[in-house]
Amino acid sequence: VSPDAPAASEYRRREQSITLSSLGEQLEQQRGDDEDTTQELLTLNFGPHHPATHGVLRLLVTLRGELVQDIKPIVGYVHTGIEKTAEDKSYWKVIPVIERMDYLAYHFNSLAYIGAVEKLAEVVVPTRAEYLRVIHLELNRIMSHLVWLGTSALDLGAISMFWYCFREREAILDLFEFSTGQRMHTRYFQIGGVAEDIPPGWAKQLRGFIERMPQALDEYGDILNSNEIVLQRLRGTCPLDAHTLLELGVTGPLLRAAGNPWDLRKAAPYSAYADFDFKIPVGTVGDNYDRYAVRMAEMYESVKIIEQALEGLPEGPYITTDRKVALPPRHELATSMEALIHHFKLVTEGLRVPPGEYYNPIEGPRGELGCFVRSDGSSKPVRVHMRDPSFVNLQAFSKMAEGAYIADMIATLAMLDPILGGIDR
Amino acid sequence: VPDATGLELIRQELGEAVLDTEFFRERATLIVAPQRIRAVLAHLRLQGYGFLASLHGVDYHPAEPRLGVHYELLDMSRVDRISVKLRVPTDAAEVDSVVPDGEGPDGDGHLGWPTANFQEREVYDMFGVSFRGHPDLRRILMPEDYEGYPQRRDFPVGGEPIVFTYNESPVLEREL
Repeated sequence: VSPDAPAASEYRRREQSITLSSLGEQLEQQRGDDEDTTQELLTLNFGPHHPATHGVLRLLVTLRGELVQDIKPIVGYVHTGIEKTAEDKSYWKVIPVIERMDYLAYHFNSLAYIGAVEKLAEVVVPTRAEYLRVIHLELNRIMSHLVWLGTSALDLGAISMFWYCFREREAILDLFEFSTGQRMHTRYFQIGGVAEDIPPGWAKQLRGFIERMPQALDEYGDILNSNEIVLQRLRGTCPLDAHTLLELGVTGPLLRAAGNPWDLRKAAPYSAYADFDFKIPVGTVGDNYDRYAVRMAEMYESVKIIEQALEGLPEGPYITTDRKVALPPRHELATSMEALIHHFKLVTEGLRVPPGEYYNPIEGPRGELGCFVRSDGSSKPVRVHMRDPSFVNLQAFSKMAEGAYIADMIATLAMLDPILGGIDR
Repeated sequence: VPDATGLELIRQELGEAVLDTEFFRERATLIVAPQRIRAVLAHLRLQGYGFLASLHGVDYHPAEPRLGVHYELLDMSRVDRISVKLRVPTDAAEVDSVVPDGEGPDGDGHLGWPTANFQEREVYDMFGVSFRGHPDLRRILMPEDYEGYPQRRDFPVGGEPIVFTYNESPVLEREL
């Protein structure tokens, strides 16, 4: 078929007709309102494929000279309909797909979802499982922040940081591979607990990591904290006050950078977080430097939490012994008819959850990650919705970067830390 | 979270705007008349529920009215959550937007949650609920020219035709 043949199908014809016409009118209006005719506004298309957009993010940026006047984010390029897919899967089979939303926070995604299901089904999770979850969550938080730090430093021109951060991230992925069998999207958290107890030798490897990690963080600090270029790029650029951030629904490190110590791990402790002693780092003015400093400090706190969770790791089952919820152990299948029946029912039909609706919020690496699950009593959820912090936080980008230079806009986008897999879901 | 009694008190304050209350798994829910949503939210905001944590849509198919819009409110100083839910039928799927700033229709408080901008667009995109007064109601995740509302329950999984044009390879005719 020749490439300049007329559109071969109805779908392609409609696809070719996309003009973003409604956006065009708005941009025209902005131009019309502009009284200063000596300076022309420039609308610049930025992305979707651009190394500094941290994913498939497209921005329509209106520029006055080199200053940003307005930003319109256009998202949806990696929309995969995971929420819809989840409606066609039994509860435990939703976990692997839901982990793939925000691909840097897979343990968080699964906990937000599993927490809602556990609440609906009134499942009691053993303490050991909660501790193992916390260890994996905090490792995941450090991992996510390391990717943020490496790529953000890359945006500011510090290429070596990227290699250092990925070196430590590799150690975390090795730990995940060791305990769960997968480096990413591990499907480790299960309804009622975790999939498997930690293997022998894992605790030792984790101890080695938590000893090394603060030193590595000190090193990053030595490279960046007194680096004149980093400071000039971050200090005082694109601040936004806590009140505006709250109106825009922003949570997580961005809100804490503006001085509001809101953190669900402290405010409304879930899982086993109430057992640990840790601090909530906060900033003062909410500029890019505070956003950077808060995340750096958070990694130290995460290490502290892991340390305490590993020290206090209680003995006991790693998943609920309720056979209606979790699979029986393999050895029981050979001896117990009942175990065999439970196994068969769970694998073929899945867990039946009582009808109801629940919204379960947890503190993800980027803010409030809330999962809404509606059940109608069958073995498949009727509705799964993820309130992804990246999606909500992106709305603050235009407010933050208004009046800043393009270069500062790039730095702000890096400090915003949006993950497009989470935005588009 | 307001307990069952606290929930009834809130209901009394709001009067007829509240159709029903629900207290399930330690979470309080107000089910409100769709046309009064701005008044209810403005009132709750004055009570301290100042943070709109999440706004999402639900399809209650086959029950009527089918489409639901949920508002998850949070009071950060008391660490307190409340859900507000409303239902609209598919043929009149219109709700007041909570994005625009200004007084509620009853003049009983200030509303305006810019955070709902993207989230209302998502509900519009996925369920076809349109929000009156939304500053920029367009599809957000699906393409601009997409037809249908994919998160509705009667929209089949895999209902999206996948078309590969220009890449079609001709059937090979092999000579034996």
